[in-house]
Amino acid sequence: MKIGVLALQGGFAEHIAALNKLGIPCVEIRKKADFDDSLDALILPGGESTVVGKLLHQTELFDPIQERIQKEMPVWGTCAGLILLADTIVNEPNSYLRGIDLTVRRNAYGRQLGSFYTQEEFRGIGKIPMTFIRAPLIESVGKGVTPLSFYDGKITAAENDTILVTTFHPELTDDTRVLEYFLRKVKQQAIRPSA
Amino acid sequence: MSNRYELNKNLAQMLKGGVIMDVTTPEQAKIAEEAGACAVMALERIPADIRAAGGVSRMSDPKMIRGIQQAVSIPVMAKVRIGHFAEAQILQAIEIDYIDESEVLSPADDLYHIDKTKFDVPFVCGAKNLGEALRRIAEGASMIRTKGEPGTGDVVQAVRHMRLINRQIREIQNTREDELFHTAKELQVPYELVRSVFETGRLPVVNFAAGGIATPADAALMMQLGAEGVFVGSGIFKSGNPAKRARAIVQAVTNYNDPVLLAELSEDLGEAMVGINEQEIELLMAERGI
Repeated sequence: MKIGVLALQGGFAEHIAALNKLGIPCVEIRKKADFDDSLDALILPGGESTVVGKLLHQTELFDPIQERIQKEMPVWGTCAGLILLADTIVNEPNSYLRGIDLTVRRNAYGRQLGSFYTQEEFRGIGKIPMTFIRAPLIESVGKGVTPLSFYDGKITAAENDTILVTTFHPELTDDTRVLEYFLRKVKQQAIRPSA
Repeated sequence: MSNRYELNKNLAQMLKGGVIMDVTTPEQAKIAEEAGACAVMALERIPADIRAAGGVSRMSDPKMIRGIQQAVSIPVMAKVRIGHFAEAQILQAIEIDYIDESEVLSPADDLYHIDKTKFDVPFVCGAKNLGEALRRIAEGASMIRTKGEPGTGDVVQAVRHMRLINRQIREIQNTREDELFHTAKELQVPYELVRSVFETGRLPVVNFAAGGIATPADAALMMQLGAEGVFVGSGIFKSGNPAKRARAIVQAVTNYNDPVLLAELSEDLGEAMVGINEQEIELLMAERGI
């Protein structure tokens, strides 16, 4: 198994450190040539979605990544990565890569003073640490999307068949259980008949 | 350390690989965001103009900062004078995302920096060597940047500061464990921070380059020297084509190791800021606050 980590801007080094900890081969994706067919899955890290969204176009990574998402490559997006994968962004006419039927609101908890840390249940894993940094909010999910965790009654993680999204940052903690959950999803996808 | 301090260090982690741009109006902030800035620094005058105007330079008008906060979705930073904790309280009250306790403004205190542990909002501080960086961290800074020499367009001092900080980190890694106590004494910093550098080979917080960065090549140079991102102050809005230059610097920071791409990015950027050479500078801002 080989995982690509989009390394255009943001907290990609933390995802790579977590993958290294589990001994999973991974590569930084910085330009078109880095994104080849050898990759089994992709992680879209936190950072600023406006920045990464623009760099995806400037580096010409946008189309090849979107194509692989449509062909059901497993992808995990944290925070800004979630915004890139959402089908709908509140108050914005455009979305980015898309792939998961949900509606997300940017900076929904306010500015940095609204950032917080908590521990909550994650479906199938148990209680995990959650770090929210200027986090977005999943306002609603569509058909085929399952909520996986909640905070204060609001969805903080969700998935469909191939895509996992979290509004928080598991990679900022020592706990690798959400990453392991994603890796199980990647393995399941590998044995499914391709679309 | 408290939860809040961890969260503040975490925000800096999310800015890594990005470019933080000085802006003076909501219009400039939008241009910066559109060009791919990961955050903007709201200030009334960019460093080159502060240098030209002379006189006392202070925190910006909160109304002007609010205008910029409303204009963009990316984090908004603003500067306070070294030691001016009342200015910092005001910026916290308007929910700024990051405070820069900055040598670019006139220092308010020639001895004490702000006790940043007393604040909930994060602080970034300048440093020209490891001792300064660790003292600022001990005071509660959750992000460090080189001082460089702001408003000059001359990268030499940022290079000097980044090289020195990283050389001093390597020296600590090569120090015998029982000599670390003496290192702490020499650097005038807490032993625990020296210990952390010894064990991890890096600062305990994110370290950006700042001061004099004017071209995509400057940004790539600083990234290759170990910066985790860059601040560009006067370099963008003092140049011929700010939007294009800003976009080019953003891409240069992402692909700092790709000379072919850097060559493309460096083409047709229009006039760079004129700049002042190090030797021609009358006021060394980097000497403020040690």
